[in-house]
Amino acid sequence: MHDIANQAANFITLDTMNILYLFIVGFIGGLVSGFIGSGGAFVLTPAMMSLGVPGLVAVASNMCHKFPKALVGSIKRARYGQVDMKLGIIVGISAEAGVLYGAGIQEKIKAAFGTAGSNLYVSAVFIVILAVVGGFILKDAITTYRSGNANAEEKTSKLALWVQSVNIPGTMVYFKSLNARISILFTIPLGFATGMLAATIAVGGFIGVPSMIYVMGASSLMASATELVVAFVMGVGGSFKYAMHGLVDIRLAMILLAGSLFGIQLGAIGTTYVKPFMIKVVMGVIMVIVIFSRALMVPIYLSQLGMINKLDETLVTVLDRTSFVIMGIALLVGAFIVIRSLWQGYRAEHHPVVQQEQAFERAS
Amino acid sequence: MGREISSKQKPWSKAALFGGLSIALYVAMYVYQESIIDIFGRGGVFAFLPIAAAFLFSYVHGSFTGSFWSVIGIEASKKKEAH
Repeated sequence: MHDIANQAANFITLDTMNILYLFIVGFIGGLVSGFIGSGGAFVLTPAMMSLGVPGLVAVASNMCHKFPKALVGSIKRARYGQVDMKLGIIVGISAEAGVLYGAGIQEKIKAAFGTAGSNLYVSAVFIVILAVVGGFILKDAITTYRSGNANAEEKTSKLALWVQSVNIPGTMVYFKSLNARISILFTIPLGFATGMLAATIAVGGFIGVPSMIYVMGASSLMASATELVVAFVMGVGGSFKYAMHGLVDIRLAMILLAGSLFGIQLGAIGTTYVKPFMIKVVMGVIMVIVIFSRALMVPIYLSQLGMINKLDETLVTVLDRTSFVIMGIALLVGAFIVIRSLWQGYRAEHHPVVQQEQAFERAS
Repeated sequence: MGREISSKQKPWSKAALFGGLSIALYVAMYVYQESIIDIFGRGGVFAFLPIAAAFLFSYVHGSFTGSFWSVIGIEASKKKEAH
């Protein structure tokens, strides 16, 4: 408890550059979140730590900015008819349980193997989940693009069709995003896994969104929008838990929010212009790039645990910084694809007007 | 045609009102930051304060950012609907 009190007392001094940095990082994170329903958190926490914010305060402040951001994003996307509130709340509550369980596992690993062991566990989960799920999503998006049916309605996966066909009396719930009834005995474990991942790598959506698409049968648009409801439900509980220990630096959270609310509105608007498979492209690309970032950190943790020879200090610094830069690149690439897709869709829809204006200017 | 309608409905007053309120909130947080981090960081029952602040900022600043993009002409596609 003394450690926690010391961490809480260690709130940093904010100058103009720090504020601007957090605002911009918040904006980019919000842009991606508004589009794919999650993401950004894996960069925001280390971004705060790079300013000297203690780890726990960074995690707590990030979470306290995440839930109001998700609230605004989900309201915006609900206006576009993309949110399945019932599914979001059911998955969100089970995800909250997953967060608590995942945090408990984290604490046990840290107690048994120390900080390096905990970091190695987080990186290993990052790499395995992102490689399997991210690779699958990206492959699916590329297949859709190559098929020439990018505009066609998304096909429900065979697994989702099977899940929807299973009838377990007393557990069946109708979800509008699936246009089908499925057993909550499927949604609860998937929500739980989302929460566990959120507690481990801070981005539960990397499991939540793909599971809603490929296991339950939701469209990419509905899944990514509904994930914002899940993030809100998870975030409120998590933030309160951290706030009880005085770990939330409200200034950091609200500055991130200042930028991210601009971003999330723009990302949400972007979803109305793009082909659905673009959501999979952005998510898959970010996940695959982040694998490299985490992989670079593995030798450092192995060395700290004495499993390989001790690494040179310079090499450790280079690996650490390169890893952070690659994470930033992952987010920037995602943001770039979102803005490019939005711009192209916007131009295409407003093209006749643009043409008329150009013709009018030429005539006058 | 569509552009004429949207330009008439641009939420200038909403953007100005919530923009002003948002700036006021952030200025207040900056000016009183020492007291705020002291009280908000006490934990226990004071945990309600950062949560309440997050809801307040999300309403005020969220209303502003939403109307901001509308005012500068970036709005959702009229063509698409989910499903």
